[in-house]
Formats: sequence, structure tokens, C-alpha cells
Amino acid sequence: MARKDKLSGNEAVAIAMKQIDPDVVAAFPITPSTEIPQYFSKFVADGEVHTEFVPVESEHSAMSACIGAEAAGARTMTATSANGLALMWEMLYIAASCRLPIALAAVNRALSGPINIHNDHSDTMGARDSGWIQIYCETNQEAYDTMIQAFPIAEHKDVRLPIMVCFDGFITSHSVENIELLEDEKVKEFVGEYRPEHYLLDKDNPVSVGPLDLPPYYFEHKRQQAQAMVNAKQVILETAKKFEELTGRKYGLFEEYRMEDAEVAVVIINSTAGTAKAVVDELREKGVKAGLVKIRVFRPFPFEELGKALAGLKAVAVMDKADSFSAAGGPLFAEVRSAMFDHARDTKAVNYIYGLGGRDVRTDDIMKVYEDLLEIAETGKVKSTVNYLGVRE
Amino acid sequence: MKKKMNVTAESSWKEVTPGGVITESGNAGDFRTGDWRSMKPVWNSEKCKQCLMCFPVCPDSSIKVCNGKMEGIDYDHCKGCGICAKVCPFDAIDFVEE
Repeated sequence: MARKDKLSGNEAVAIAMKQIDPDVVAAFPITPSTEIPQYFSKFVADGEVHTEFVPVESEHSAMSACIGAEAAGARTMTATSANGLALMWEMLYIAASCRLPIALAAVNRALSGPINIHNDHSDTMGARDSGWIQIYCETNQEAYDTMIQAFPIAEHKDVRLPIMVCFDGFITSHSVENIELLEDEKVKEFVGEYRPEHYLLDKDNPVSVGPLDLPPYYFEHKRQQAQAMVNAKQVILETAKKFEELTGRKYGLFEEYRMEDAEVAVVIINSTAGTAKAVVDELREKGVKAGLVKIRVFRPFPFEELGKALAGLKAVAVMDKADSFSAAGGPLFAEVRSAMFDHARDTKAVNYIYGLGGRDVRTDDIMKVYEDLLEIAETGKVKSTVNYLGVRE
Repeated sequence: MKKKMNVTAESSWKEVTPGGVITESGNAGDFRTGDWRSMKPVWNSEKCKQCLMCFPVCPDSSIKVCNGKMEGIDYDHCKGCGICAKVCPFDAIDFVEE
């Protein structure tokens, strides 16, 4: 029987890691992800896992150790946030280009500066082009479930890419929610044995990893890496299907909430989707045709699927918990609007940048967004494309 | 530039190994570092007394020796440092512009 419990997001992810029992964890503490390696190191000390825990001196070293371990043939995990992820930057690209399926719990926090330890998505959104798969999670349950799905996706022969499981710092990482945990044996069976094709400790088949790659070859390797990300979409869906058979919990590339006959919708990621769903319910009770799309898989980006899901709507608000400083809206907006070009060209799209540095986002803030959308739907006119929600004017 | 693992500069992106992993050893020789050279040593076999002073000082293993005899210079890998010409006691190696 699956075990019901009450856990914080960090506890839930640490337990998922314990059940996965990876060969190596190399990590450096940083708020709000610190508890993950902290809980995990206790599992190591208590002999509950077989993992080699490497307490490194920085996040650059953490990711470097993960790369070395993974290249050696070890199933490897780590966790970080914000500036820790930024310090890993150089190595993130190397992990992806060497096609090493490392799993990283990315607990979203505002990237300094100014210095701030609270939640927004500027850290992982900045890493969106690093070649890592990125899956975003609304709740503790989703974070736990996604971490268990991480290796079957990342290690799949058609993929072989590192994966970030992203969830909101403090809001998800430190809040305790009811959660359903799988039995250890079921997780073990679902995740399976790691059998890399090429690895450094394979003494019968010696290999070199990460060699100099000059103009005659580099482009071909990058094209192959790009294809791996294309392939990841199908593997993510197949893995979600198997996970559903095991748990009954259904996951896709994105979640459509009350979208059947919706005329206006918000596109959002992570925990604020929960707040926004409450607003959708309130509007639906009043007979307003409001819906919500929560993007789960951001890398690979569900370009076609999302464009089709938004077709026929009158107005869409894309919610970014990070600014690109592009002077043209946030990162999610740029990509969602681009996806809408083929399938939802008549739908008006606006952008709201919200919650930076942990600014609270309440139901009345989200209600304001839906009110704006309803006005756009009625008049067909957009007063302002890029907007800042909840900032003092 | 054919490698033992059958990846060449003509291979398509579907044929190269994931992440550029090299699955066979001993293929550093396939990489022609001699392309970088601006000066080159020229061996004069008639002046050469086979003392083999040039062989151990070459940083790129580009003095070709077979059965204890100097047989010439591997221009695919010689970078033109000129050390062999400098150490030769018999002026048997000239050092000239490429």
C-alpha cells in the first residue's frame, strides 16, 4: 500500500532520492534547497542508502563532481537554488553536451542581485538554454512524483540528457502538504538499473569523454543534442503513462484546468497555478468562462501542443515569475506567444511579470489579471502587452 | 581523417557518437597538428650519422625511427619547433620556412 504522509517539498524530494538510492550525490548547501542534501546525508549516515555522498566546496565543484561521477557510470543527483545554480552555469552546459543524465532538484529562488533568498524563477529560467530538461512542479506531490520519473526520462537511450526538477522555494520546498509516497520496491522497479552505453569505469571498453571538438565535428554533436531534446517529449509522455499505471496520478506536458469551453486563460508555471486555480473556480461559479494552462514541461517546450491548446480563446495572459530584461516581456511569454503564432494567431496575448523576489501573489492579484483578460475579450483591444503585477506604482 | 570508430569529417550528425565520446584508443595520431606549422625541419640523410639525438627531444614524437634508424620526419604531427635542428651535431637538419 502507498503510504500517506505529511511532508515539505524538500522532505518529499529527499525521500524520492532515498528510494532511488543513486550511486553518487555531490551537493553544496544553499537556501532554500539546503534541506535536500541535509536530509539525504542523514540517510547516508544511517546506512539507508548505498550512495557515495560528496560534500564539495562550491556548486561549480558539485556539478563538476556530478559530471565526473556520471561519466564514470554512476547514477548521480544534486540539488541547488539561485546563485548556486548560477555558479554551476559553465558545468551545466558541459553535462548536457556530454549527454550525462544527471538529476538536479532545482528549488527556485530569485537570482541575486539585489540579494534575496525568496522565490521566483530567474534562476532556472536563466538556465533554459543550457540543454537540460526542465520540468516544473506545482505541489510537493508533483515534485516527488517528477523526481521519481526523472531518471527513466533522462537515461532513456533516445534522450541521455540531464534533468532539472523545478519547484518553488519556501512555497513548495518548506510548506508541509499531504502526500502519497510509493513503496520503496515500486520506486526501485520503476526507476530500474542504470546501464549506460559508454562509461569511464568500463575497463573492457575504454573511452574518452569530453574531448576537444573542433569545427569538423562540433556542429554534428550539437545537432544530435538538439534531437535528444526533441525525442525527450515522447519519452516524458511515455514515462508519465507508466507512472499513471502505477499510481493513478496523471501527468502531461502541461495541465489544462477547466479549459473545455474557456474564453480567457492564464498560462502559468509552478505553485502560483494553485492560487490561480482557486480564482478560476470562483469565476466559473459566476458563469465566467475562465481556464488555466499550467506548463509542466518547459524544456523541451511543447510548442505545437500548447499552440493548439490555446487556439480559439479570446485572450491569454502569460504569467512570468522572472523578467528577461529584454524590454519585450518575460521568457515564458516570448515562447508561449511564439507557439500561438501558428495555431492561435487571433488570440490576444498579454504578459504579467509577477512575484519577483518572493513578492506575495494573492487571489485578488490573479483576479485582476482575469478582469483585464475579460476586458480584452470584450473590446478586442490590448491596452498594455507587458505588465508588472503587484509592484508599487 | 578516418578514425577506428568510423567517424570521419564526412559523418552525418546521426553517425557521430553521443557527446563526442571516443570509443577507441590510440587515435590521437589521426589529428594532424602539423597544419599549424610555419617553419619546418628538413632532414638531409647524407649528412645524418644516425646518432639519434633528435629523437628524444622531439615533443611531438615526429622523428620517424624504425629498427634503430632515423628515417625522416612525420610532417602530419611536427609543429615546427626546431629543437631537432638545434640539437643535431652534424647540421643534418635544416630549419626552413614552410
